[in-house]
Amino acid sequence: MKTAKSGKVVRYNKWGYIFLIPFIVVYLLFQFIPLVTTIYNSFFENYRSGLTQIGPNFVGLANYKTIFTNGDMMQYAKNTLIMWVLGFIPQIIVSLLLASWFSDPSLRLKGQRFFKTVIYLPNLIMASAFAMLFFTLFADGGPINSILTQLGILSQPFKFFSNATSSRVLVAFMNFLMWFGNTTILLMAGMMGIDTSLFEAAEVDGATSTQVFFKITMPLLRPILIYVVITSLIGGLQMFDVPQILTNGTGEPMRSTMTLIMYLNKHLFSKNYGLGGALSVVLFIITAILSFAVYNFSNKQD
Amino acid sequence: MNKKEKGLGVGTRRVIAYVVLVFVSILCLFWFYVLFINASRSNAELARGFTPIPSTNLLTNWKNLSSGRAATVLPIWNGLFNSFIIAALSALLCTYFSTMTAYAIHVYEFKLKKFMFTFILMIMMIPTQVTALGFLQLIGKMKLEDSFIPLIVPSIAAPVTFFYMKQYMESALPLSLVEAARIDGSGEFRTFNSIVMPLMKPAIAVQAIFTFVTSWNNYFTPALIIKSDKKKTLPILIAQLRSTDWLNFDMGQVYMMIAFSILPVIVVYLVLSKFIVQGVAMGSVKG
Amino acid sequence: MKKKAISILLTAAMLGTMLTGCGGDNGSTDSSSNADTSAPAPAADTNTDTSAPAADTNTDAAVDTADEGKVLNVYCWNDEFKRRVEAHYPGYEADAADASKGLIGDITVQWNITPNDDNAYQNNLDETLLKQDSAAADDKIDIFLIEADYALKYVDSDYSMPLADLGISDADLGDQYQYTKDVVTDGNGVLKGASWQGCPGVMFYSREVAKEVLGTDDPDEVQTYVSDWDKFYETAATMQEAGYSMVSSVNDTYRVYSNNVSSKWVDGTTINIDDNIMKWVEDSMAMVEAGQTGTHELWSDDWSKGFFPEGKVFAYFGPAWLVNFSMAAAEEGSIGYQGGWGAATGPQGFFWGGTWICAATGTDNAATIKDIIMQLTANEEIMKDIVIDDDDFVNNKPAMEGMASGATKVMDESGNEVEYSSKILGGQNPLGMYCDGAGSIDLAYLSIYDQGCNEEFQSALKNYFDGNATLDEALDLFYKAVIEKYPELTK
Repeated sequence: MKTAKSGKVVRYNKWGYIFLIPFIVVYLLFQFIPLVTTIYNSFFENYRSGLTQIGPNFVGLANYKTIFTNGDMMQYAKNTLIMWVLGFIPQIIVSLLLASWFSDPSLRLKGQRFFKTVIYLPNLIMASAFAMLFFTLFADGGPINSILTQLGILSQPFKFFSNATSSRVLVAFMNFLMWFGNTTILLMAGMMGIDTSLFEAAEVDGATSTQVFFKITMPLLRPILIYVVITSLIGGLQMFDVPQILTNGTGEPMRSTMTLIMYLNKHLFSKNYGLGGALSVVLFIITAILSFAVYNFSNKQD
Repeated sequence: MNKKEKGLGVGTRRVIAYVVLVFVSILCLFWFYVLFINASRSNAELARGFTPIPSTNLLTNWKNLSSGRAATVLPIWNGLFNSFIIAALSALLCTYFSTMTAYAIHVYEFKLKKFMFTFILMIMMIPTQVTALGFLQLIGKMKLEDSFIPLIVPSIAAPVTFFYMKQYMESALPLSLVEAARIDGSGEFRTFNSIVMPLMKPAIAVQAIFTFVTSWNNYFTPALIIKSDKKKTLPILIAQLRSTDWLNFDMGQVYMMIAFSILPVIVVYLVLSKFIVQGVAMGSVKG
Repeated sequence: MKKKAISILLTAAMLGTMLTGCGGDNGSTDSSSNADTSAPAPAADTNTDTSAPAADTNTDAAVDTADEGKVLNVYCWNDEFKRRVEAHYPGYEADAADASKGLIGDITVQWNITPNDDNAYQNNLDETLLKQDSAAADDKIDIFLIEADYALKYVDSDYSMPLADLGISDADLGDQYQYTKDVVTDGNGVLKGASWQGCPGVMFYSREVAKEVLGTDDPDEVQTYVSDWDKFYETAATMQEAGYSMVSSVNDTYRVYSNNVSSKWVDGTTINIDDNIMKWVEDSMAMVEAGQTGTHELWSDDWSKGFFPEGKVFAYFGPAWLVNFSMAAAEEGSIGYQGGWGAATGPQGFFWGGTWICAATGTDNAATIKDIIMQLTANEEIMKDIVIDDDDFVNNKPAMEGMASGATKVMDESGNEVEYSSKILGGQNPLGMYCDGAGSIDLAYLSIYDQGCNEEFQSALKNYFDGNATLDEALDLFYKAVIEKYPELTK
């Protein structure tokens, strides 16, 4: 390629570097340096006690030992995973269903634009405002309880936030609401990309829509499904706004809704840079592994 | 075709599809309906339970929120303004420089090109939270605490936007166009600004909206950086509602505040929904 | 079609808000004058009144601020102090356009308000104080406010200025209640702050419920039903039979127990749970199990349901400010609005809240700060006005005792001199009760960790009361949360 082109083109190519400068400078400054200092911090005892600064004193891997041995991190990783799964399963089912309907020409659904607009809407809503709204709606004496008691479904208000299962389900439900529209549209785009002649051939052979879905659509959709699962998992790891505001940062009851990032936030907030650093590094490694998986899959797709 | 024997008929499936669609639509919209109703009711009415009919206190709640005592604790106009400035500037910088980065990778041949491309893809998924600690320290050293700069400038390095732009260029920016410009004697920088940028408009619009909304809704970083009341963004003010102080305690105002902070995005979305929904689909499928 | 209808609806809603937005702008002048309606008349009085006593107490009535910094930075967690200054400090002008600013002479007052929760106020204050030395003169903190729960943290540091250095002598503050001075006295006996209010707590009960269930709403007779914890819990059972909650939440009684402890929260660096706190857990669990109360967090929407008759709550524990500001007394339909509360001493004395004014070391507005402290915490006339306008219990013995006994008369709406009485409390004069309480508060067991410990303890134990955890699990959670907040502590 290069040799085939004239020297003039090669001369232009220094502009490739020039145009990359802003990205590289900003990246190095605001993301790379912070990443390095975060890792550096994880080896020190460094916190603020009231108005006195303790440390930084080098402590080796003591911070890592603390977060792995006191069991908190595993507990919060488990919480995060549970809430992610609870939200993701209905999300992928509903999204597949809706996407296959939207992309099925034989159904000729009317008002598609309206429905797409509506289901995507929650994704754009400020997660903190949405969480605040849910908090007020599901309060012990809030509108949901008052509707349910008025309808006679409940005899007395149900304390949604005093119960681990219902708190987690609420967080998961909100994640579901916020993301199923997005997933639907992604999957739909994937389905649109499938060669329609395959569907026609299946129809000639007398396949039912269920058969078409499982025998043709699903296998061809696999790469994008994997992409959706992993990106959603990475997104799930970052779960913060919703449970943070829903529980006022406490992760109650009994920290059953405390996510990894909420825990990190606690350390950042109390200026405990040592433990916070160690926790960040662990999170970084987990996401790095997952990202690598995404990268591999998207490369295979080519 | 004898579909009826083997599966459900098109008519039945259509009915099921509509029923489900209407159901999920209600599921999506119900919360906003309750929000609207409750924003129109006074604290005393709210304390007495839910009614499906709006009351008459919309204006009163709004007045209390925007100019009453609450305004001292929750400076919502400042919040709106701050959120807007940060989100708009982020969107501007992010789209412009991401297009530039994508252009560098797309058009030029240089040694580190492959490496850079792979590198940016690799870092795409790293959440901002894991570097937050170092970020905070850096901001402290640079004396940029309580400033908008750390909330705006980092958006220049946005791998996801870059990736989208790169994808779009592959289909919309033929290299011959760049070469033609060179023959006409246009400098590289000018070519980028006057030929490439206009060509990228649709992609820029989509990404500008996404960056704007993401920044508008961001809570984690501003909450760590912004200290003074006048610089707080809307999500921080919302979170303050959750930690109700005993002097500002009126559920009508709380609902009004929530409505106030999500309404601008809803309006923008309804106006631009066609672009947005298409944009999501466009960026998703690689190749 | 559907979409169109929806977007029309939304546009209409938006237009609605926009219009209201404009209305709001017009309204801002309205409501600020509304908020002031109670203030202008007495404030004007104050101005004329104060000149005489101010001269007596040797306060410079006209503060010489010529060589002072042009910005007075005030750090606080809500607008209570701001409203006191606005209404009662002579010469303060509010900035109509910007609620976070005001003027005293040619000095701009800058209000920096950070809410209290999760230590946010303290974190922010700490950050700024640590940078106090290097900050530009106009960015330096001049005044910061503190609460009893963490007062020692600042009082024992060099960041707060001795009042003597401002030129305020012990004699100047001679009329204040001793406990309010104990809170802000450091280990060497140096006084570092002053408060305009006293916050002795009592039990506020619903008169209507008392009449219905106990057959009387007379404070003295109601007191016999709650005079100690045994009687209190007996009454709780009676209340439950009649369909009422004794208190809204277990957290209502928390401070009554935690103020009557016999050890500190932290012993050296070890976290210590006092026996009386454990007694609270035990008593509260019994109440919850019997269905006599809820487990809501204080200040939550559910906790405040009992401010209205529909909430079916018999009593709340708190000081004067609770019933006056925080129990929806301004809202039609609330118990307070109908004057439906009564005040009784309750099983044990306690205090809750209170705000102390501290001068930050490095301030360039010493004379102004001195005058603010003198006027608001030592000027009897101004303090009386605070009682009348704001129903606060002020930190001035002669003023309070005079009003409690009825010796000091106040003006009623038609201009007659009458004995002080509280409308919200159905005409009761509760000041004597408060005076007794303020005199007997004992603050021997304060520590700098009190706020974090109290907050986390209630939050952790909620899990136990709700049945989500055993007592041990809940206590473990408490230790864990406290250590996260204060890494130097151990279990």
